Amino acid sequence: MNQLLEKLSACVEFGKIDIKSPYPPSMKDQEGAFELTRSALDAGISPGEILEEALIPAMSRVGQKFSRNEIFVPQMLMAAKAMSSSMTHIRPYYLSGETKRKGTFIIGTVTGDLHDIGKNLVAMMIEGAGWEIIDLGVDVSVDKFIDAAEKHPGAVVGLSALLTTTMENMRRTVATLKEKFPHLRILVGGAPVTTEFCEKIGADYYSPDPQGAVDYLSALVR
Amino acid sequence: MKTVLSGKTKEVIIDTEGPVVIIGESINPTRRKKLVSTLQEGNFEYMLTIARSQIEAMADMLDVNVGFPGVVDEKLLPQAVMALQDNFDIPLCLDSPNPSAIEAALKVARGKCLINSVNGEERSLERLLPIAKEYGAAIIGLVLDDDGITHDPEKRLRIAEKIIERAVRIGIKEEDVIIDPLAMAVSADPNACRVTLETIRLVHDRLGHNITQGASNISFGLPNRENINNAYMAMSILYGLTCPIANPEKITGLVRAADIVLGRDDYAIRYIEHYKTTLQS
Repeated sequence: MNQLLEKLSACVEFGKIDIKSPYPPSMKDQEGAFELTRSALDAGISPGEILEEALIPAMSRVGQKFSRNEIFVPQMLMAAKAMSSSMTHIRPYYLSGETKRKGTFIIGTVTGDLHDIGKNLVAMMIEGAGWEIIDLGVDVSVDKFIDAAEKHPGAVVGLSALLTTTMENMRRTVATLKEKFPHLRILVGGAPVTTEFCEKIGADYYSPDPQGAVDYLSALVR
Repeated sequence: MKTVLSGKTKEVIIDTEGPVVIIGESINPTRRKKLVSTLQEGNFEYMLTIARSQIEAMADMLDVNVGFPGVVDEKLLPQAVMALQDNFDIPLCLDSPNPSAIEAALKVARGKCLINSVNGEERSLERLLPIAKEYGAAIIGLVLDDDGITHDPEKRLRIAEKIIERAVRIGIKEEDVIIDPLAMAVSADPNACRVTLETIRLVHDRLGHNITQGASNISFGLPNRENINNAYMAMSILYGLTCPIANPEKITGLVRAADIVLGRDDYAIRYIEHYKTTLQS
């Protein structure tokens, strides 16, 4: 693989944002994801190639290490920040249509639930897998999910709930969305959610970790 | 400032100058499948077992949360309260986002309960404060409002002031408002715990109210969570936390140690009392 892309991939994996960032200490004073993405584009490497060869594999390694408890939430957030600094260079190509996203993913926590860490982790992992993210935030009403699903036909929806007391709202959200959009795919997640609950409320997929959601979405567009 | 709560017979005083009161957190369906399945069958034995082990681990009060999907907690919460009060005499903290469930539980509860929780949203204040007043309950005031969660301790303080003011205006005693400074996970935001600690300090110094918090989740997403929880608990107590909602089986030793360090446990009586219970089990 191109050496530049290999370096960029490592920067994203270990959370090296740019040359000024002191983290991780072992990569101090080195160029980060921001500079290396610019260099790669300047060297004529296509945004698509940067995504496929550097960013997506890096985030996939991050997701797998997280699933195996080898890294933790702070490391994951570092990786996400490095990825989004890289994305500042790539985003214009998306907007111009030169580079295509794999799909659109709408995400939010359900009504009454203000816990956003899990939701944010899933959103950044899925963005790192090449999807456009529509993040509706926390305490999202069914109407807001409906609006977003109407605005983005073909999108997949992700619902997050941390509390047992808001799982009922997850059930209602799924029921209403499925009634309006029978073919809409809905992923559910959060500490109290299980595969059994997912099936019972008629959602399409549950994963205990972000990587599972990424794998499911990748299989959809493969 | 002293907040007095009571169960069937037993009174607990939460005193800003006194030792820390532990509100046991474990009657909560999150990550407790067996609690959900037994409650679904209308069987309270497992819940009572959880209550008993928390009391043995020196919980002074018990938080009661029986919310899970499909539950009618207007029915289940009062039933759980009755089952607990038939067996134990310590005060209860009624934990539900559903005001009707809180009201139904207050109707059957004996003594003086704590409501978990009222927040600064208009909807919450308007619905719950009259209920607290009517049944003579104390409340936990959680510092978020219609604008959501703020990360500015001064703004959190202002929400606390607003909740207290509104409670007092309706006839609830000032000391019956216990403030929850809103602990959040430090893995996602390195300043999360500092913001909450600073809120505790402000509420303690400027308002002098009792302070609670559920803080077991601040360590979410990190390994060896107990280390973080313990460090945070000790610092929170120094700043003015007086009645954490926590797992007594994990936290009582540390809490009693903190009381010694702060000179609130003459002759280490309470610390040693707890030490002896750990020998038996």
